[in-house]
Amino acid sequence: MTVFLIVILSSFVFSLLLFGIGQKTFQRMTWFAALLPISLFIYFSSFAKSIMNGEVYNSFTSWVPSLGINLDFRLDNLALLFTLLITGVGSIVFLYTTQYLKGHPKLLRFYVFLSIFMGAMLGLVTSNNIITLFIFWELTSISSFFLISFNNTEAPSRKSAIIALTITGLGGLALLAFAVLAGQITGTLSIAEMLQSPEVFANHQYSVILMVFIFLAAFTKSAQFPFHFWLPGAMKAPTPVSTYLHSATMVKAGIYLLLRFTPHFQNNSYFFTTLLIVGAITMLYAAFQTLFKTDLKGILAYSTIGALGIMVFLIGIGTSASITAAIVFIVVHALYKASLFLVTGTIDHQAKTRDITKLSGLRKVLMPLAIAGLIAALSSGGFPPTVGFIGKDLIYEATLHGGLNPVLLTTMAVLTNILMVFAGLLVGVKPFAGKQNEDLGEIKKPHFFLWFMPMILAVLSLLFGLFPSMVEALFTHNITPLLTGEESPHLAIWHGFNLILLLSAITIISGIIIYFIWKPSHKKEGSMMKFEAISPKSLALKFSDLFQKLSYILTRTFQNGYLRRYVMVILVLLTLVFGIHVFINPRIFLSVKEIKALNWNEIVILAMMLVSILFTVFTKSRLTAIAGMGVLGYTMCLIFVFYGAPDLAMTQFSIDTLTVILFVLVLYRLPKYLKLSNRTNRVRDAIVAMSFGTFLAFTIIEIMNETPLKKTSEYYAENAYVLAKGKNVVNVILVDFRGFDTMIEIVVLAISAIGVFALLKLHLKKNEK
Amino acid sequence: MKSLILHTISITLLPLLILFSVFVLLRGHYLPGGGFIGGLIAAIAFILHAFANGLKETRKVLRIHPGFLIPVGLSIAVLSALAPILMTGDPLMTGLWYDKDIAILGKIGSALFFDTGVYLVVVGVCLTIIFTISESV
Repeated sequence: MTVFLIVILSSFVFSLLLFGIGQKTFQRMTWFAALLPISLFIYFSSFAKSIMNGEVYNSFTSWVPSLGINLDFRLDNLALLFTLLITGVGSIVFLYTTQYLKGHPKLLRFYVFLSIFMGAMLGLVTSNNIITLFIFWELTSISSFFLISFNNTEAPSRKSAIIALTITGLGGLALLAFAVLAGQITGTLSIAEMLQSPEVFANHQYSVILMVFIFLAAFTKSAQFPFHFWLPGAMKAPTPVSTYLHSATMVKAGIYLLLRFTPHFQNNSYFFTTLLIVGAITMLYAAFQTLFKTDLKGILAYSTIGALGIMVFLIGIGTSASITAAIVFIVVHALYKASLFLVTGTIDHQAKTRDITKLSGLRKVLMPLAIAGLIAALSSGGFPPTVGFIGKDLIYEATLHGGLNPVLLTTMAVLTNILMVFAGLLVGVKPFAGKQNEDLGEIKKPHFFLWFMPMILAVLSLLFGLFPSMVEALFTHNITPLLTGEESPHLAIWHGFNLILLLSAITIISGIIIYFIWKPSHKKEGSMMKFEAISPKSLALKFSDLFQKLSYILTRTFQNGYLRRYVMVILVLLTLVFGIHVFINPRIFLSVKEIKALNWNEIVILAMMLVSILFTVFTKSRLTAIAGMGVLGYTMCLIFVFYGAPDLAMTQFSIDTLTVILFVLVLYRLPKYLKLSNRTNRVRDAIVAMSFGTFLAFTIIEIMNETPLKKTSEYYAENAYVLAKGKNVVNVILVDFRGFDTMIEIVVLAISAIGVFALLKLHLKKNEK
Repeated sequence: MKSLILHTISITLLPLLILFSVFVLLRGHYLPGGGFIGGLIAAIAFILHAFANGLKETRKVLRIHPGFLIPVGLSIAVLSALAPILMTGDPLMTGLWYDKDIAILGKIGSALFFDTGVYLVVVGVCLTIIFTISESV
């Protein structure tokens, strides 16, 4: 069954199809792009019922079976949760963008990247093979890069995109290392099969390294401290991108990875403790930062980082209650955060500003939008009866009954949530409340889609809150046992009067109080900027600057563009290697008996060589020097002939001829110098050349003393005729045994010819002008 | 470089050298030779002609731009490598051989076509580079 492969590839094919339509036609039928996520959403929804009953769908296509890499897709309940998020939020974002970026000259490109991203994300969450998971993981990073730099005429966009790509790319490399290592120690690349030996993950001598790699991958992707800083920068992307990639789906890929591998590390307390600590630091740090932001999207970015921190924190507690809380919170967060982002996008689209200090009283003009913002803010703050309330209840439930120090964990969770209440109200309520700011000018009514799309998400927050059994049946009922082996707690909106309800009340009331007391301003934001110099972002940038300077120095020294410098570097390096080898480990001896007397023809060749070398070195004319080099080459040919390598001799002969011709062609037109280079240089070159020759000779003598490994050459000699029907072993190796190498080599030759042609001919044309 | 002797002899040498290069190419599988050496010899033949008669004359004799030989050669090499996949379902670059001997050529197999591709690429690359440089300097 290859059905999932086709489904996932359909996104990529669809993006190609969009290209085929062309920009002009596409502008008139933007709705067409939304067909993809909507139909995929319907497709994945059709699995919901049977997966709720515990079924799992597999789709296997063999790809590189010899390496264990296969297009192996698996749709279980966890994957279903993410596919529904990806296609559901995707549908809304695709439709929203038709109006948000209406008439944008690069709209087609936007949808092409968005479709590629969606395909990659779907592939990521359904991959059962860890290598394909890595490939899709990287594809999401790359499509994210293009979407962040969508406004590629602006320098900050480009810079943010590069930072995001560097950080997530670093994590991608770690994921590859994790994949390879995990594959090596378990003997399989299938994630499901790895689970058959969870003790390997927990107790293997490399399990610490495994954890470091998976953490690096998950923390960079999911913007955990200290890698979080790419996410606020990524807000340079158009708002639909921030909604879709940088809040609802892509940043949750790290969370997905951690959840997926939770069962594998089940008995490893280091795994969970690290997650707990990193998650706690991230959520507190990010929640605190929201107090000092004035840009709506900046606030949302930090509250997203905070939410991701909460998820990691919950996985780190590691009980069935906390995993359930994490899963519910993924749904909760996707709904309210996507809604808030879209509300922000519409405000930005209509009022042309996202500055929270300027925005107020917009409810008169943007009425339906204000309701969507309010509901999303309530869900964000965990007010009943939204699904956010249930999510927050579950978080407190988990912190109170799990971990080593419930009081500390609960305190941290409460603190974070209070600030999340504040952030939600600030974005969802503040712009609509109070008196209208006259400076904003006249604000037009938004298009239907621009308020209806966030409304859908907000209403869903409310609906899931009123009927929590939907979330339970769809997701937690199956996913929690899948990941922890234990039953999930029952979801309900009313648990009676207990400690959790009290904590909820405290959270909400404190959040509202902060909202009324604390007014965000540019002054406060500025005071926070003083600490910017020690933030992870500036430290990372300083490091990269240093790295760049170092590479400049290296390049200037070793690759300065002069051929003589390159040759010199190579020769000196090789001389050092040979020299150190000869001095440390002298194994050179010549047995006098084995040395044969020189033939007369060898003596003649040697004499010719010496003469041509001396002539080349001491002649005053370039042309004669080249002729001398040519003679040297031909005498080499003679040596090959005498020692039974006619193929080599023929090749050397032709190559030498061509080289001389080339040199003559180039040098013929150059002015004649009396001295080619000054005395010091010549002495230096002579020393380098002679020491290189000496040490090379030593090495060759040493090689002669080794018993040669004849296995390879014997194999070729024996099988040249048997397997390849040729008697000339050299040629058989070239065209058959190592034919693929030859193929690549002729491609390289072709490229170099094109390079020479392009360089010289382009230059000519400029002169002609 | 105007030299009457070189001029006269180069006209005779060109076809002879090209014949020789093809000979070297064909015998490569059994005796010293092969596509790479053959290609170099053919390239030298044309360059000798260019030295004696000027580049314009050689281009006339060649009729086509030497760069054109590169994609042709590459395609022949790639096709001969792909042939086993398409024809017998064997892996890439498996040698395919025609059963019967053919007069003069002997046994014919995909390796010969591959070598012909190498030959053409080498001729194309050498001539493109040297012609371009000698025109531009």
